[in-house]
Amino acid sequence: MIPPAAFLVLAALLFILGIVAFFVKKDLLTQFMAVEVMLNAGNLAFLALAKALGKADGQMVVLFVITVAAAEAVIGLAIIVLIFRQRKSIRTDDLKDLKG
Amino acid sequence: MALVIFVILSVLCAGAVVAMIVSRNQAHSALFLVLAFSSLGGIFGLLDAPFAAAVQVLVYAGAIMVLFLFAIMMFNLRQPAPPERKRLRAVLGTGLALILFAQLLLAGRRALAGGSPPGAAASGGDIAHLGRLLFSDYLYAFEITSLLILAALVGALALAGKREGE
Repeated sequence: MIPPAAFLVLAALLFILGIVAFFVKKDLLTQFMAVEVMLNAGNLAFLALAKALGKADGQMVVLFVITVAAAEAVIGLAIIVLIFRQRKSIRTDDLKDLKG
Repeated sequence: MALVIFVILSVLCAGAVVAMIVSRNQAHSALFLVLAFSSLGGIFGLLDAPFAAAVQVLVYAGAIMVLFLFAIMMFNLRQPAPPERKRLRAVLGTGLALILFAQLLLAGRRALAGGSPPGAAASGGDIAHLGRLLFSDYLYAFEITSLLILAALVGALALAGKREGE
């Protein structure tokens, strides 16, 4: 029997790893992958609490999160493809037009 | 036994995400994420959520990461990313992340302090129960999700489907 706290600790660890990846990496694609890691950490926390509380609602939320993540990945990648076509680069260092 | 599997899978998952951060090659990063999401699917299975585990492996490790790999192939970035110059950002990000980690741990401890209510561990991984919930309590969310997917499909075609010359 694994305590639910262990799953929550893993979820927190994955979430902060996603945040670190988002800050450290400097191309849009890898930053987008970091967002996916954070979404998965949220899913893990939902499932851990669903089991700890004995309710199935957490699992439903996870299903919807995965579906919305798929839609979000499609749109996000389409936008990144557009940026790459216009700028020939997806490095965030090259996208500084808003900087005064 | 379950504890051993959990430790192996969680080390694999966290290690793959760290490897994804360290790797300079985007394709390698995506493949490390496939490993991370697959092992996370195993962890979902440990949580009595077999359907979520299957969907995790099929949709995340399968569909979404393959989409990422397709995008990486489209960009055709031959040269690896140059080493990052600004250390400040990495240090700041790591510090902020550690603070958030402590906060999350505190919040998780408080969330679990109430103890599990009576009747816990019932109706855990029953897929028929999930399906019934999906088409009763969550019917509106389900229908709106289908609309969202359609909008994403049309939106992606409208955004990226144009030819260069238009």
